[in-house]
Amino acid sequence: MLFTSYEFIGFLIIVFAIYYLIPKKAQWPFLLVASYTFYLLADPRYLIFIAITSLTTFYAAKLISDKKEAFDVWFKEHKKEYEKEERKALKAKEHSLEKKIFLACLLFNLGILAVTKYTNFTIANVNSLLSAFGRADGISFVNLIIPMGISFYTFQSMGYLIDVYNGKHKAQDNLFKFALFVSFFPQLVQGPISRYHELSETLFAEHKFDWKTVSFGLERILWGFFKKLVIADRILVAVKAIIGEPDTYNGFYAFAGAMFYALELYADFTGGIDITIGVAETMGIKVTENFIRPYFSKNIKEYWNRWHITMGTWFTDYIFYPISASQFMMKLSKKSRARLGNNLGKRVPVYLSSFIVWFTTGIWHGASWNFIVWGLGNFVVIMISQELEPFYRWFHSKVHVAGTFGWRLFQVIRTVLIMSSLRMFDCYRDVPLTFKMFGSIFTKSGLSQLNLESFMEMGLTNYDYAVVFVGMVVLVVVSLIQRSGSVRGKIATLAAPVRFIIWYGLFMATIIFGAYGIGYSASQFIYNQF
Amino acid sequence: MNELLEILKDLHPEVDFETAKDLVDGGILDSFDIVSLISEINEEFDVTIGAAELTPENFNSAKAIYALIQAKLDDED
Repeated sequence: MLFTSYEFIGFLIIVFAIYYLIPKKAQWPFLLVASYTFYLLADPRYLIFIAITSLTTFYAAKLISDKKEAFDVWFKEHKKEYEKEERKALKAKEHSLEKKIFLACLLFNLGILAVTKYTNFTIANVNSLLSAFGRADGISFVNLIIPMGISFYTFQSMGYLIDVYNGKHKAQDNLFKFALFVSFFPQLVQGPISRYHELSETLFAEHKFDWKTVSFGLERILWGFFKKLVIADRILVAVKAIIGEPDTYNGFYAFAGAMFYALELYADFTGGIDITIGVAETMGIKVTENFIRPYFSKNIKEYWNRWHITMGTWFTDYIFYPISASQFMMKLSKKSRARLGNNLGKRVPVYLSSFIVWFTTGIWHGASWNFIVWGLGNFVVIMISQELEPFYRWFHSKVHVAGTFGWRLFQVIRTVLIMSSLRMFDCYRDVPLTFKMFGSIFTKSGLSQLNLESFMEMGLTNYDYAVVFVGMVVLVVVSLIQRSGSVRGKIATLAAPVRFIIWYGLFMATIIFGAYGIGYSASQFIYNQF
Repeated sequence: MNELLEILKDLHPEVDFETAKDLVDGGILDSFDIVSLISEINEEFDVTIGAAELTPENFNSAKAIYALIQAKLDDED
């Protein structure tokens, strides 16, 4: 059930009406039923996977949490009876038991994710190796189902398990509440990857109908539909044409394709997240923000703090930090300092951890070399910019441009260009072709190649480009206004007729200029596939 | 405390670490800095800081970082 389908809108209306009509204490159990129904409608087989992850994580976390609590109580009472070394040994014994439960659950669930998503990718690579050694008879691919949103709900559940294991919070005592945390339907298919201590604050609470909250939620949903239908799904046609015919559309067109894709992905992904957050908001539930105007970032590091934020913080907290703070890395840090000197040596463990994180981020996005190279491309860019920091400091001590509008603009354009170039791996069918197309931007672009009529042969007309352009201007203006606070909050302070004109205008614009009808088909959100 | 302030100064010479109270929340220390910092602390104070302790609350000020180191040094119960 696509967010942009009539079925989803119908489903939402029914859920919304029941949610506010039933007794308040039945609200969260009803949301669980609604979430499982949403998943069931997608494919009944998916339910088995999400139920297994929910059950195993719930019981493992509860076991760990209960053991921790019981041990703490016992330890407090008896610690004086033991010597320092004995106390340490007791703690270590307790910890090792918790660790076993934790690792078993973690590996089991990550194993499900790995098997469903990466089996065929592994087989393809093994087959390539076999054929390189002259063996033509490869292993046959297996037909596995990939449950919708498995990467998102697995990461969300494992984040919860790690937090409980680390003693950040206690485990949830109610299996059904935990099942809702894992399956909450608005965020099931494309995130955000919520943290338990944040989402649980409002997810299980009783919510009475509040017009302001509901209208803010509806406005956010409408804004999401505008981005997705008016901008993303329209420019998608040109993106598909450009990447589908690399022999025709190279050079300048490859550059245009990368720019179009930057716009499409932004409008698609942030639009989807707007719908998610808006749907939750209509029911009084607060879902974490996933974007803060990422294209306005001054460098790639900042970009990753503002784009798909919940994924970035997940990788930082649960992969980057544990690897960096591990005994192995501490030893490596000491060794590399001794061998390479303090300055260079201290960077070795940071970069090694960062390399692992970006490799994982790449493969999390998709089982293909394109995504792995994309992830590692990000790593290389961040590493270079980190190494260039002394140069930037020197540059700014000589040339006083920092803080000027011109320099800020340069930084923003640089961020957009670098990220759009890296995302070309997301578009083309394989890594060599992506490099070829990227190279063609520099070798084949030229004024002679520029032919505006070619853009009309990509399936879009003057009218379409005009709609996309105006939509993009609206996006930029809204982002600029947003820098000084909530746009919806600002609109709410305006006179009623003005408010009506704005929201009715946005609604009509989405209805009239949304990309559906002949030539268009409601398209999947890009991040649903992850 | 002085050793810690020196390590911090080395990371960001431009910051007044004696008064700053939003090192993480204010974006002064990023994840790279924090990881460099814990390996420096490990070297200087011989304490191991675990991943679970790498929270904004523990790293928002030099005082908080020092309190974490002290707690680790005193940690026996």
